[in-house]
Amino acid sequence: MRSKLAELIRAGVTSLPGDVEKALQIALEREESELARLQLETILKNVAYARERSLPLCQDTGVPIFFVHGFKELGEVEKQIRQAVAEATRMVPLRPSIVDAITRRNTGDNTGEGVPVIHFESGDEESITFLAKGAGSENVSRARMLPAREGVPGVKRFVVETLRSAGAKPCPPVIVGVGIGGTLDLAAKLAKEVLLQPLFKRNEREELARLEEELLEEVNALGIGPMGMGGSTTCLGVKIAAAACHTASLPVAVNVQCWAHRYARLRRVQEEWVVEQQ
Amino acid sequence: MRHELRTPVGREEVLELRAGDVVYLSGVLVTARDRAHRRALEIPKEEVPASFNVVYHCGPLVRRKNDTWEVLSAGPTTSARMEPYLAPLLERFSTRLIIGKGGFSPGAGKLLKEHACAYLAFTGGAGALAARAVKRVLAVHWLELGIPEALWVLEVANFGPLVVAMDAHGGSVYRG
Repeated sequence: MRSKLAELIRAGVTSLPGDVEKALQIALEREESELARLQLETILKNVAYARERSLPLCQDTGVPIFFVHGFKELGEVEKQIRQAVAEATRMVPLRPSIVDAITRRNTGDNTGEGVPVIHFESGDEESITFLAKGAGSENVSRARMLPAREGVPGVKRFVVETLRSAGAKPCPPVIVGVGIGGTLDLAAKLAKEVLLQPLFKRNEREELARLEEELLEEVNALGIGPMGMGGSTTCLGVKIAAAACHTASLPVAVNVQCWAHRYARLRRVQEEWVVEQQ
Repeated sequence: MRHELRTPVGREEVLELRAGDVVYLSGVLVTARDRAHRRALEIPKEEVPASFNVVYHCGPLVRRKNDTWEVLSAGPTTSARMEPYLAPLLERFSTRLIIGKGGFSPGAGKLLKEHACAYLAFTGGAGALAARAVKRVLAVHWLELGIPEALWVLEVANFGPLVVAMDAHGGSVYRG
């Protein structure tokens, strides 16, 4: 499985999921501003060039994050993932971006205390999803405990305000993950995990599907545009996940993801491990 | 309007650039992020080992090949992080072009004007295309800061499209 894990990481950082690329193409067809079009054209050229040459499409190969489903030997999986990250850092290669939080010393191989970030989930099928999360977009992400009385309108204000103040910093057009409910930490985790849903898949919960559409429209109405140079495409999609919460609480987290939404999945198909991408 | 510039870039050339113009740059630039800015401003000026005529906010992805370095992906990093160093940087090095992404706050426009410096944006995330414009690594300094934070002296050819995002006359493509 280790060599497949390295392949998973390589696929993740060198190739953009097809639905994200399609969303960028649709945006290019719609944009009228010349500067916005130039940014989208450069993005699409870069995506094609990186894929063709198997090069990391962005130099910030990010914090390595894994969502692991269905495995029983968790310690063993964790060990293999850590080794694969260090190996991929040398082989792909990845940029060593991980430092000690206090001394700021670079660890050199993208591993460190608590990194790679690994989430273990139950499931009938064994799979490992890798997400490369760059700092530009993570730095503008936010979580807050809203007063419960603010309800859904409060959530909407918080999401739109987060994107407004982020401006050009997270490399728009962005994809926005929102976690509502749970606890501070659960909302933050949901906000990230929901980014892994197919971009064009409608939310199964009707209130959330409508909220996603409304937020997409409001964020695009900010006019920030590709790379902040103005335009109608600030956001490619909003994805929302909700959990139950305490009657006195309304936790909400917004995880902003850059257009370079790099992730891939390793899944067992019959007896073979196969790397898949949307 | 389209400009083809070659380093070192002079004051007059910078004054010709207007917000919204497109630049293709050839010559030598130096990468610098937070920590390189701090060090370049702390140590005596004559000990700074590279020209800061053109500063690129970038932490490249590189591969060591025998005794040379190959740049594989080298897009811009978020410039807002370097804004606290902008005034002393321009004061000390008379930097003519800063390349990055996302721009500075509107207030920085005044500093750029005072010092005849233009801010050019390359498309964030387009690291592979940026690396294609890098012909070679001329030198690397301060590697002890870590690969992304080191000072990389790069020779580039037709690096672009770079958008003049904040010009030296107060013009900007960013909204308030």
